[in-house]
Amino acid sequence: MIEAGMHWDYVATAYAMSLGLILAVIVWVAFDARRQRLKLAALEARGIRRRSARAETQAGPETGTP
Amino acid sequence: MTSETKSPGFFSRLAHPGQFLVWSRYLVWPLAGLTVILFAIGLYLALVASPADYQMGETVRIMYMHVPNAWLSMMCYGVMAVAAFGTLVWRHPLADVAAKSAAPLGAIFTAIALLTGIVWGIPTWGTGWVWDGRLTSMLLHFLIYLGIIAMWFTFEDQHRAGRIIAVFTLIGVVNLVVIHYSVEWWSTLHQPASVFTAEGPKMPLELLTPLFVNLFAFSFLFATLQVVSMRTEIMRRRVAAMQRQAAMNRGAAPSPEPAR
Amino acid sequence: MSGFVALIRRDLTLAARVGGDVLTVVLFFALIGIVLPFAIGPDRPLLTRLAPAIIMTAILLALLLAIDRLFRADHEDGTLAAMRFGHLPLEAVVFAKMIAQWLTTALPLLLATPLMGFMLNLPPALLGRTLIVLLLGTPALISFGAIGAAVTVTLRRGGLLAPILVLPLCLPTLIFAVGALDDTAPGSADAAFWFLAGIALLATAFTPFIAAYTLRLGSE
Repeated sequence: MIEAGMHWDYVATAYAMSLGLILAVIVWVAFDARRQRLKLAALEARGIRRRSARAETQAGPETGTP
Repeated sequence: MTSETKSPGFFSRLAHPGQFLVWSRYLVWPLAGLTVILFAIGLYLALVASPADYQMGETVRIMYMHVPNAWLSMMCYGVMAVAAFGTLVWRHPLADVAAKSAAPLGAIFTAIALLTGIVWGIPTWGTGWVWDGRLTSMLLHFLIYLGIIAMWFTFEDQHRAGRIIAVFTLIGVVNLVVIHYSVEWWSTLHQPASVFTAEGPKMPLELLTPLFVNLFAFSFLFATLQVVSMRTEIMRRRVAAMQRQAAMNRGAAPSPEPAR
Repeated sequence: MSGFVALIRRDLTLAARVGGDVLTVVLFFALIGIVLPFAIGPDRPLLTRLAPAIIMTAILLALLLAIDRLFRADHEDGTLAAMRFGHLPLEAVVFAKMIAQWLTTALPLLLATPLMGFMLNLPPALLGRTLIVLLLGTPALISFGAIGAAVTVTLRRGGLLAPILVLPLCLPTLIFAVGALDDTAPGSADAAFWFLAGIALLATAFTPFIAAYTLRLGSE
């Protein structure tokens, strides 16, 4: 990194953009995961169960699972 | 799903959303740790340890971001296509979840590949964007990703969305191939390949090693993010189902939050 | 077979009764041809060079503008659901609707193309070839559009989504159609022409099945 060759600015821009976008995705995925986990915990704390909760299947829409 | 609960084979038990939530929990942190280690090595190799290319100079380092992302952009679409197949043939609920989770990740990888390509192009080609075959088909790839994401957001019933998007994803596979070749054909018609066919000489090992380490780093990043978003998606659907259940318990019908 | 023809006739009658739609599409097409020369400037040689590209783009946009109504009305009033269980297979229904759509949107555009070519200074020698290329290209565009319409028909707010989904799929057709009109390179123009023909045939052959499958999935 010491040797200041040509175009280090371009390299830095490229890396900054990539890492910035990657970090944004990571933050967003983590935030989304946390939010859903909290929502789920809150609902479970209220004692709401899915109809299929006992069988541990994924709950489909009202119409039932096709 | 009922047929699966009747005769649960090993894989269908593993792929059951509820079971998936259980066992994938132990996957997240190891995957994340591996990703961090690989990125540490990869970035060190890419920025410090690897030599500059004798032709492209220091800008060759952009390759270590550009190529893995371009590769993962394809990889994500591959995952979505396989998941689409799973949705249509086996009607597997986890396939929907996998397809939905991979779409935004693929879009981001494609965006990074495009952006780093532009930044790379300015010093080496003298221009950030040319309507070259590769670039154009990558841009269309990005647009198809955005279309699929838009569909996931527009459908209210996520089960129906899963099937219809699966059809579109598979059409997209065929089309991406056609688009790739037609665009290649079209660009050679208008501008004779000069810079772009010169993909560089055979890559020396000291450039190849950091490239592959970064490739693995990004692949593990994708795996980590994919597992976490799949878990989130399953929880999101549970939350939606439970909110509906809660609304039904109350007897009233305030419109539940759509699952998305 | 008679049911098939009756279906086409029904769609044509409906389109004729609400004639505004046909007129809107042709007007949209013509307006692109009027607006672009203003934007480009009155440079006649330049217009001549751009004319095939402008005509193709205008056709593509005009067809996509109209594509959302292919299944929409029939889905909303339940006709499509009834057709699923009629004696005519849904694939044939889709194909009939595609033909009707072609007759009510693409054909008027084809008829308007000579006028458009005149305004854009298209060389008269190229007009015949343009029309043949359009004759091949429009079924392909209608096919891709039909897939987009089938995918989005169950969405109440899907009207804008279909063109966005379909536009990338239409790109090869556009490339080869414009390529086939490139009179500076006759050899590659011929190659592009046959590619276009191939795409058109494959798209028209497979679309009824894909679209019908999607419609069934959507109404499950």
